[in-house]
Amino acid sequence: MTDETALQRVKFYQTGTHTVGNRLMDKARRSVQASMDRSNAITSGHRACQGCGEALGARYALDAALRASDGQLVAVNATGCLEVFTTPYPETSWQIPWLHSLFGNAPAVATGVAAGMRRKGRADVRVVAQGGDGGTTDIGFGCLSGMFERNDDVLYICYDNEAYMNTGVQRSSATPPTARTATTPAVGDAPGNIFGTGKNLPLIAMAHNIPYVATANVADLHDLEDKVTTAMDIRGARYIHIMVPCPLGWGSAADATIHVARMAVESGLFPLFEAEHGRVTRSKKIRRRVPVEDYLRPQRRFAHLFKKGQEDTERIARLQRMADANIERFNLLGERETP
Amino acid sequence: MFQVRIHGRGGQGVVTAAELLSIAAFLEGKHAQAFPSFGSERMGAPVVSFCRLDEKEIRLREPVTAPNAVIIQDPTLLQSVDVFQGLNSDGFILINSTRTFDELGIADFVAGFPAHHVCDVGASELAMKHVGRPVPNAALLAGFAAISGQLHMDSVEDAIRQKFPGAVGEANVAAAREAYEIAAAA
Amino acid sequence: MLKQTEGSQAVAEAIALCRPEVVCAYPITPQTHIVEGVGALVKAGKIENCEFINVESEFAALSVAIGASAAGARAYTATASQGLLFMGEAVYNAAGLGLPIVMTIGNRAIGAPINIWNDHTDSMSMKDSGWIQLFAETNQEAVDLHIQAFRLAEELSCPVMVCMDGFILTHAYERIDVPSQEEVDAFLPPYDPIQVLDPVEPYSIGAMVGPEAFTEVRYLAHEKQLQALRRIPEIGAVFKDVFGRQSGGLIHSYRTEGAETIAVALGSVNGTIKEVIDGMRDDGAAVGSVSICSFRPFPLDELRAALVGAKHVVVIEKSLAPGLGGIVASNIRMALRETAVPVYTVIAGLGGRPITMNSLREVLEAAGNMRLPDVQFLDLDHGAVEREILRAKQTRRAGPTAENILRNLGHAAVAGND
Repeated sequence: MTDETALQRVKFYQTGTHTVGNRLMDKARRSVQASMDRSNAITSGHRACQGCGEALGARYALDAALRASDGQLVAVNATGCLEVFTTPYPETSWQIPWLHSLFGNAPAVATGVAAGMRRKGRADVRVVAQGGDGGTTDIGFGCLSGMFERNDDVLYICYDNEAYMNTGVQRSSATPPTARTATTPAVGDAPGNIFGTGKNLPLIAMAHNIPYVATANVADLHDLEDKVTTAMDIRGARYIHIMVPCPLGWGSAADATIHVARMAVESGLFPLFEAEHGRVTRSKKIRRRVPVEDYLRPQRRFAHLFKKGQEDTERIARLQRMADANIERFNLLGERETP
Repeated sequence: MFQVRIHGRGGQGVVTAAELLSIAAFLEGKHAQAFPSFGSERMGAPVVSFCRLDEKEIRLREPVTAPNAVIIQDPTLLQSVDVFQGLNSDGFILINSTRTFDELGIADFVAGFPAHHVCDVGASELAMKHVGRPVPNAALLAGFAAISGQLHMDSVEDAIRQKFPGAVGEANVAAAREAYEIAAAA
Repeated sequence: MLKQTEGSQAVAEAIALCRPEVVCAYPITPQTHIVEGVGALVKAGKIENCEFINVESEFAALSVAIGASAAGARAYTATASQGLLFMGEAVYNAAGLGLPIVMTIGNRAIGAPINIWNDHTDSMSMKDSGWIQLFAETNQEAVDLHIQAFRLAEELSCPVMVCMDGFILTHAYERIDVPSQEEVDAFLPPYDPIQVLDPVEPYSIGAMVGPEAFTEVRYLAHEKQLQALRRIPEIGAVFKDVFGRQSGGLIHSYRTEGAETIAVALGSVNGTIKEVIDGMRDDGAAVGSVSICSFRPFPLDELRAALVGAKHVVVIEKSLAPGLGGIVASNIRMALRETAVPVYTVIAGLGGRPITMNSLREVLEAAGNMRLPDVQFLDLDHGAVEREILRAKQTRRAGPTAENILRNLGHAAVAGND
């Protein structure tokens, strides 16, 4: 075995993927997926598609929350892919107590679980609610805002794959402009989803002045785990918005999930940041900036932008301006001292 | 069964008046059922409440259409609402006013009732004097007790104290006592 | 303790005596006084170990109750009318999950046209959701039913709705015997859940069930209601032992011995019906009435036994199934399916229309004289609807019906004053 302290001083990064080698990490920060006694909120055998970003994100998020709560964790789930693929009757992948009620009420149900646990003298039992972008930004938005506003002791995690994947890829209010979905087909003068629509839920969460808001991404699982761990240290309403690519809905290769997710971050289209009580406290710097094309091209939902000989330069430029605005707003290149 | 209808305006305590009446009856061991004219009336709108008194359980749930007594908390309603609708010919009428029936324009109408069944009391003025606010219901309840004989003044006072504990209750009791004297002498 | 108090306040005190642990509130007339009352008691520290949560909608109110109940806490909420519809998805969900939540419905009409007054359309809209539905005849029974509801719900792990007429009961000030804490504690044991979210013994609750098992799950929901059919009278009997009064049960019969015409109804109108029955009996008519307390489960056998001797059954109901007629009457017909007893539907009290003794007596007499149609609307203004039907025939762009009827009635009133 090599001496650990020596390894900590040298910051080796694997070139090409930007992935930090697990061996090179501080021991406390090493991924524990290979450990015999690692936490295991969602066990194998579930029915997620190959390359599912949500399965990966949820497993890391819930395992981190499970560790942070010393195993005293309850998960509440909105209707959606995660709910369906983890509980094919009569089986379940959930190794923790888990409750699914409806599509639009997971935040309220979680509020109830937290209150119930407090009244039963089990305030040590922590509650995580989770849903997809449809369940979070659309149908569950009222309940989510109510949970935030009351500052209920719930960590809400949104797994954002930018459309209603469970029902067959329909547009949600988290679908980006130009993306093709079953309800925003790539036809007509403005193919795909149109510009000037949608909502930014992390910013809306911040507007509730809740103690903690963060965005995360499956391309950086250590960052994701850190944010979940940070959130679990806080009582009150917390929100983590995790981008999870969906190979089926995005038309990306099953083995490209991490790559696509990383391009979303590196292009600036999906900024990684943390906020406390309504103020951005930290943003994750882009290591190597890429043009939005690098993110868009591997996804068939954007294929109409790149037709041979008739590239939609106008719309690509508009998406680039959105990425540039994010970079400026969240200081993603570290050009300013303050976040 | 003895049925009372109370007319007033939203904000005058019309519903509270019926409740007070029912509490006073309850304290005497009677059965009583008080209920408002159900609605979403705002301040100032004409409002009605009802109270039934009986020696046995009251099962009836229809509105009071043929009252034995009407209490009118605001005499301006005389011009806009048929406040005497369905009133028995030997019924009781109590009006919150310092003006005479002649001045109110109902002298001919009330002449058809037994003289001691009809009374007006300046309940708002008494409330201003004792409570500091023109809330006539406690004084009117005492007036009703005096003319109808349906309630003892003791239970009226107890009901007021139960509904308004403390100094406010005592002030209302003082207004009620003075109203009782006026009505009993009328 | 006997006291003269508002129905809503008495129910709030009854809920407090049941030691709820999580109460969720969202205002809607005419239920609001109940949750205000409970909230005030929680805030004043009069209910130990209880959380009162002000939520953003009825949908959230029941959803919070679902979460709390699944965590093993005794959960309560109340609603009415549009609120019940807005939480409708969660109503079915709570029953499907088998969570013993107790909810008060301050019965009110459903719009459009918007109407805040009493009828039973709200509860009827959820009659097949899997909840037990108990209807209170008086405020005393409303108090007593809530205490029984928690015990029934928790024994069976099935949610219970206690339905009380909006305004007519919720806002009525009456003599009510509010029990003592000792009595309620003797009757209602602490909640011992059959399923609970617990990290020591993790369950997945609310998984997807496919065609291979869904029918069986639904059958068991039906079976649970049939169990309730047995338990409701038993719990009523235990209640009588502890509290010394009869309350609840499946049905109440009133002067039905030898009755040729029997009126059947839910809720507070039974009080007025009893007055009518007494008056008609005094005049020599063979009439009686049956009050249905448990509408779900529906006591088919008990109703059959109570009604089979009658020549006419007149169902007075505060709800309407447009295109069919009576909802309660349809259910009663099932109870009498092997008999020749005719069942008449009288739609009454919609949107707060007063149900008077005079009108009730008329329909009961009409039934006895074979003059009652299958479906009758009590005190319907035939002129107003006929004028509107005619007007709508004459012009395609006839406009909104509700506003036309109001205008029509306004003209009629002015004309009547001339």
